[in-house]
Amino acid sequence: MKRFLVIFLMLALGFYLIQALHFVPFGANRMGAPADKKTVAAFYLNETVPQTAVANVVTAIVVNYRGFDTLGEVTVLFLATTGLASILYKRRDEEETERVSKPSSTILQTGAKVLFPLVVILGVYVFVHGHLTPGGGFQGGAIIATGFLLMLIAYQKYHLSHSMLTWVESLAGILFVSIGLWGLITGGTFLENSWFPKGTLNSLISGGAIPIIYIAVGFKVAAELTGVLDILLSTKDDKSASNIQQ
Amino acid sequence: MFYAGIFSFLALLLIASAWYAIRQKDLLYGVIATGVVSLILSVMFLLLQAPDVALTEAAIGIALTTIAFVITIRNTERYENDKVESGFQNKTKEE
Repeated sequence: MKRFLVIFLMLALGFYLIQALHFVPFGANRMGAPADKKTVAAFYLNETVPQTAVANVVTAIVVNYRGFDTLGEVTVLFLATTGLASILYKRRDEEETERVSKPSSTILQTGAKVLFPLVVILGVYVFVHGHLTPGGGFQGGAIIATGFLLMLIAYQKYHLSHSMLTWVESLAGILFVSIGLWGLITGGTFLENSWFPKGTLNSLISGGAIPIIYIAVGFKVAAELTGVLDILLSTKDDKSASNIQQ
Repeated sequence: MFYAGIFSFLALLLIASAWYAIRQKDLLYGVIATGVVSLILSVMFLLLQAPDVALTEAAIGIALTTIAFVITIRNTERYENDKVESGFQNKTKEE
């Protein structure tokens, strides 16, 4: 019965998708060619560089033209982290000192010590240069979180202060929203960044407020993902401890 | 032609590893296969000239998601059980 219902739902979905898309030839460029001035793609490709002085058009779209969506994404990530923490965090302070899992090998510990600064530097590079090269706040933040993950796996005693993570996250979020609101006050639209000096194209200081917003997003994402991984790993220790006690 | 060949090879590999990830009863192997799916997907994004998406997929899909699932498997169970369906029943059975 359930299976038939699923099949029926899939068929209905497929029917409406086909009905919406059947008149578009397969592989056709629906966004329109850049030569055709009237399309959205042409607008972004032609106007982004003169308007915002950002070399990476994707960054300009994500942070400026569609910046409100990015704020929504960051909020979703924040809510997910909060939910996970509210479920798992309680178990952590019951047994703070008991560590039963085996310490990791010397190879992993030494490798983590060597790799950790390099990974963090790569992450910082990715989000600081988000407006020049591919990448940005989300990618850089995730790379930094993998660096912290390496340390958390390698060293059992390595712990991050959750209040510090919360502060970093909150300050970055406040910075993002206040830049947006300042744009609303001075320019009339949320995240309007014409009040900020544009700088020269292709240099590090260019694009007005876009690099600042992406740096804030990078810090926020890094703090959130690191907090999630820390909570997950802490739960593991407590669980195995309680298993042994049983 | 060469480009299309590489691309279809990657797409077949993607489907194969996704299928393996679904069918595998040992969940650890399944999670590694999902990581392979993300790796191939990231290369495909790069070939399609979307380096931003490729970076995201590489950092989150390959590293963070895989590790999060591995941690979850260490906390719970490694082998998929056919007979017991929900996790709650599973727990009562253990006790």
